[in-house]
Amino acid sequence: MIAPTALFALDTLLTEEEREIRSTVRRVCDREIRPHVAGWFEDGELPARELARTLGSVGVLGMHLDGYGCAGMGAVSYGLACLELEAADSGLRSLVSVQGSLAMYAIWKYGSEEQKQEWLPAMAAGERIGCFGLTEPDFGSDPGGMRATAKREGGDWVLNGTKMWITNGSVSDVAVVWARTDEGVRGFLVPAGTPGLTVNDVKHKISLRASVTSELVLDGVRLPGEAMLPGARGLSGPLGCLNEARFGIVFGSMGAALDCLETAIAYAGDREVFARPLASFQLTQEKLADMALELGKGLLLAVHLGRLKEAGTITPEQVSAGKLNNVREALEIARKCRTLLGASGVTLEYPVIRHSVNLESVLTYEGTSEIHTLVLGKALTGISAFS
Amino acid sequence: MNIVVCVKQVPDTATERKLRSDDNTLDRDAADGVVNELDEYAVEEALKLKEAHGGEVTVLTMGPGKATETIRKALAMGADKAVHLSDDALHGSDALSTSYAMAQALNKVGFDLVVLGSESTDARTGVLAAMLAERLGVAQLTLANKVDVDGTSITIQRITDYGYDRVEATLPAVVSVVEKINEPRYPSFKGIMAAKKKPVETLAIGDASIDPSQVGLAAAWSEVVDFAAAPPRAAGTIVKDEGDGGAKAAEFLASKKFI
Ligand SMILES: Cc1cc2nc3c(=O)[nH]c(=O)nc-3n(C[C@H](O)[C@H](O)[C@H](O)COP(=O)(O)OP(=O)(O)OC[C@H]3O[C@@H](n4cnc5c(N)ncnc54)[C@H](O)[C@@H]3O)c2cc1C
Ligand SMILES: Cc1cc2nc3c(=O)[nH]c(=O)nc-3n(C[C@H](O)[C@H](O)[C@H](O)COP(=O)(O)OP(=O)(O)OC[C@H]3O[C@@H](n4cnc5c(N)ncnc54)[C@H](O)[C@@H]3O)c2cc1C
Repeated sequence: MIAPTALFALDTLLTEEEREIRSTVRRVCDREIRPHVAGWFEDGELPARELARTLGSVGVLGMHLDGYGCAGMGAVSYGLACLELEAADSGLRSLVSVQGSLAMYAIWKYGSEEQKQEWLPAMAAGERIGCFGLTEPDFGSDPGGMRATAKREGGDWVLNGTKMWITNGSVSDVAVVWARTDEGVRGFLVPAGTPGLTVNDVKHKISLRASVTSELVLDGVRLPGEAMLPGARGLSGPLGCLNEARFGIVFGSMGAALDCLETAIAYAGDREVFARPLASFQLTQEKLADMALELGKGLLLAVHLGRLKEAGTITPEQVSAGKLNNVREALEIARKCRTLLGASGVTLEYPVIRHSVNLESVLTYEGTSEIHTLVLGKALTGISAFS
Repeated sequence: MNIVVCVKQVPDTATERKLRSDDNTLDRDAADGVVNELDEYAVEEALKLKEAHGGEVTVLTMGPGKATETIRKALAMGADKAVHLSDDALHGSDALSTSYAMAQALNKVGFDLVVLGSESTDARTGVLAAMLAERLGVAQLTLANKVDVDGTSITIQRITDYGYDRVEATLPAVVSVVEKINEPRYPSFKGIMAAKKKPVETLAIGDASIDPSQVGLAAAWSEVVDFAAAPPRAAGTIVKDEGDGGAKAAEFLASKKFI
């Protein structure tokens, strides 16, 4: 028997350092996350602060950024960390994606020197948590329509509006909030506890339950002039951040798929049906072979995109292709694995249905599969079908 | 303080471990090598002592070339440098000859304190700390779940069946640790990067004045004569509780000499 990834000799594409990073993150997950995650999922609770500190001490948070206490690792290393985290639970990967690729990246890329000094080292260490507020109740796929506004009042800014579905919202020390101004969309750093900011958690989620999702209500939030991110003007600012986080999902989704497939292979070997191992039936083997193929292809695509990102030549369309393919296939793999587990597969005893319902969120956030399809359609035809 | 921490590479306990058919020794190529778990606690304790008292932490590993992976892990956790005792002549050394070779290397490297795990997951003899201390002519403080150093005096808590003993000695000394002593840190990504640049000195037996006739399979006092695969696990015994479940469970445990 060989591991599904060995079919593709995936490790031969990785440097020794990348493999070490992967094994370190895997160990953190094995010790700190896997033993508890089904319980967190069931209870809809997450010790986010504690986890952030552990992950920060290892260097996972903002690991692909340079300076300000960040580890400065390559794109493939970052991807592999996402893969290992998401093999434990998509909610954990979400925490890390939002912290590193959305909140920290926004500050790192568009922030002033003072903003970087104030926030990045503490966020890299996991002592402070960030969130990213772009989506609104009425504007998800079409953030250009956002209603949140920021108006100048003397030297200050005053923000009004509502942000919805914000990962890490209620556990954050700082929110990166995008709002409409006279000079287009701009980003603002809103510290937790600023008067006028109310944060409410989204309850009754059936997906990503081991992840905090909140609503941010901004009612006359007054911020000093220097709270604005000077380097971002227009929608390209937040979209640039999303492109970073999406890249992590290209790897991460395959982690969830790999965990499902490994679980299903082990289950099929142990489970006897009709007096034979479930794994001995041709229908089962076809399922496993098909899943291993999609997993391997997805991982090869992920590593390829990682190398392009390291070379600095990756395009947003290529990231869209990776996100669209890998999340779609991961979801398909999770569902197929669920069938192999029979009734056991519908319980939290096994990670499979948890991954499956988590991936429903992953399919939707960071650009829905439909939007990424339209991005590819536009790239192929030159015609935008968005509007 | 000059602290040397002994770190062994062992086959991953999660994979199937095998013996070699040619000389009945452990097949170190058959399984992935990992840091012996208790040695991580030893590294952590050494790093903590350095953080509190200053000095330097040196990793000492005896093992084949492949053991460099393990050395790098210890360096990634924060140790300053490493010495890798590696020589084909050491293959098959038993506990006695291993303690001789390690002691020779320690004498060459120099130390105020030697820290090691109280046993390895592969051989599980648990005697190396005592043998090393004897060969080095220094105090042995074994099975520590707490270590305090004050100047040249060292105190440990040795775990026992009835609680703990306080054991005191003067440096230099050898300390073996148990897992209750601390919570080993994870190597950080920065540590992984930095480890690549830390010095690793490789010693052959001649470099450490090790007499070849005292090490290796031929010099071993213990010998593996034969081995067989473990029998498949037999079906468990089900004890039905008819009001006497406790007594029956105790009987079973007594029959297996557990109590
Ligand atoms: C768990 C979770 C966490 C999240 N975390 C964050 C966060 O941290 N920060 C943040 O800003 N946002 C976050 N989001 C929001 C997420 O980005 C949005 O849900 C996503 O952009 C989709 O927006 P929507 O939900 O409003 O759906 P809508 O935009 O209303 O879309 C509904 C459906 O219509 C489809 N659709 C839309 N436009 C078209 C079109 N032109 N043609 C065809 N079909 C179309 C979509 O693909 C989708 O299937 C999170 C969401 C979830 C579920
Ligand atoms: C919520 C819930 C409620 C239920 N309620 C009831 C109830 O009220 N009464 C009741 O009696 N049962 C009930 N069931 C049990 C249900 O009928 C069984 O789960 C179902 O028959 C499948 O059996 P299994 O779970 O043991 O899976 P298994 O039989 O172990 O099957 C596992 C997988 O192997 C596949 N498989 C099996 N044999 C082969 C083969 N020869 N070749 C290829 N693939 C094969 C199956 O299709 C499945 O994908 C319930 C199940 C659930 C989830």
